[in-house]
Amino acid sequence: MSNLNDMMRVLGDYYTDAAILANRQTAHLVADGTNLLSLNEIPGVSIAAETRGEEIHAELIVREGVHIINPVHMCVGILAPDGAQIIRLRTRIERHASARLIAHCLFPNVVAARHVMNAELEMEEGAQLVYSEGHYHGMSGNTEVMPKARLRIGPGARYFSDFSLTSDRVGKLTLDYAVTVDEEAVAELTARVFGHATDQIRIRDEMYLNGKHARGLIKTRVAVDGRASSEVIGITHGNAEGARGHMDCMEIVREQAIATAEPIVKVTHPLAKITHEAAVGTVDQKQLETLMAHGLSPEQAVDMVITGMLR
Amino acid sequence: MALLEVRSLSFGIGNRTILDDLDFQIDRQEIHALLGSNGTGKSTLAQLIMGCSGYQPGAGKIIFDNQLINELPIYERARLGITMAWQEPARFEGVGVWDYVSLSKSDAEPAACLDRVGLDPALYVGRLLDKTLSGGERKRIELASVLALRPRLAILDEPASGIDMLSTGEIAGVILSLKREGSSVLLITHREEIARIADRASYLCKGKIIDTGPPDEIAEQYKSRACKVCDGVICR
Repeated sequence: MSNLNDMMRVLGDYYTDAAILANRQTAHLVADGTNLLSLNEIPGVSIAAETRGEEIHAELIVREGVHIINPVHMCVGILAPDGAQIIRLRTRIERHASARLIAHCLFPNVVAARHVMNAELEMEEGAQLVYSEGHYHGMSGNTEVMPKARLRIGPGARYFSDFSLTSDRVGKLTLDYAVTVDEEAVAELTARVFGHATDQIRIRDEMYLNGKHARGLIKTRVAVDGRASSEVIGITHGNAEGARGHMDCMEIVREQAIATAEPIVKVTHPLAKITHEAAVGTVDQKQLETLMAHGLSPEQAVDMVITGMLR
Repeated sequence: MALLEVRSLSFGIGNRTILDDLDFQIDRQEIHALLGSNGTGKSTLAQLIMGCSGYQPGAGKIIFDNQLINELPIYERARLGITMAWQEPARFEGVGVWDYVSLSKSDAEPAACLDRVGLDPALYVGRLLDKTLSGGERKRIELASVLALRPRLAILDEPASGIDMLSTGEIAGVILSLKREGSSVLLITHREEIARIADRASYLCKGKIIDTGPPDEIAEQYKSRACKVCDGVICR
């Protein structure tokens, strides 16, 4: 029987001091499967959530002009060995508000489970959001995770996200983000994933730089070993004067793993500029030799390079 | 008393000979400068001594402290006390400067090592060894990591390149301090003023050591490109 204490214990084991969920000055939402376990609102932050059939529907709003000091925590996942979790999350950061949102996605005991996140984010003019999403999927390799997000970054707003799945197995990951960036706004998407054994990783980030002087960065760091596979697709559209975008993809491949990277650049305005760089392959020999010249074994050197890249 | 002996060493890539029956030695606690124009084989010799991938001698012996090391992998050579600072040091995403300088198992303090190469340790505690560092900063950090290792033989490939001319004396001081602390140094350089701090110098052309002697003399020879092997064709 899952309960809040179990979730807090798991959160403490894998991420952070679970006492953050007991702090009434920190907004949070906690759910295990389709069970809503805890919800805390603070002045300036509204959170509503309910279970509808097999889905959790949630809404998070940071009110106009509010600057949230403590990060908002969203702790979701499945503690049972199997099950499904589908979350529909709508988030709105109102004009000139700022917040940090941390999502902890925990599947520590999973034998076979599925997690779907359908998120919509609207950031109004001048808003700022720093979003971190950390996953822990245990060792089974039978977790299927599908985070999908549609984001609109309003004029002058700033959005920074960091998706991380670097401990133990991935299972099957299908990450699908699409971001529209308005005038003078900034969006940076970072994803860091380490796949092993038969893990399957598919990352698709698409960014539309539609506003004048919109700026965007898509940064992907993936390592795969065993027979894992990774497919990274980054697409940036430069559709306005002064729009600047860059895609930076690095994938390290070991053993029988396979990785592909496909950067796509689409520019429809003559004063927009999009650049990309991709490095896919083995660990850089010069990096390894530099570390081995300091006395590290080949295994220690590889570990240090990969750990650093995914940090 | 030789710490490193290179005997009749040859190395080539395809049909091209890079090092040709080369003999060379470095004594204990000696700074030995290696001068030569671009493409004469200086960095190749360094990588052969370090044991880098793709650098296996075609013929000859590399002997370190009376032990033949031709077949040893790079990390075992490092564990014998050989290390190398590359001309263009690698950069690492997500690896902290502090962690890198702390890789050494010696008791050297990272802060002191950074300070000795002219970097304020407080400013580098949170920095990463990535492309946010300038070329000069990265070179100095590499030197700091060599100091921290307390190597028996430090191979320094162009340690002053990318570092402003005004700091040349500072870099020379670091190299001299390595010697004081017991290290031998193979100092590969284009800069005569750096070479002059050595105990001995050798002049390399067309994969051969054409002369070894006092650094002032060898530096003068190099400066005037008085090369007996190529008649100034390569050493111009």
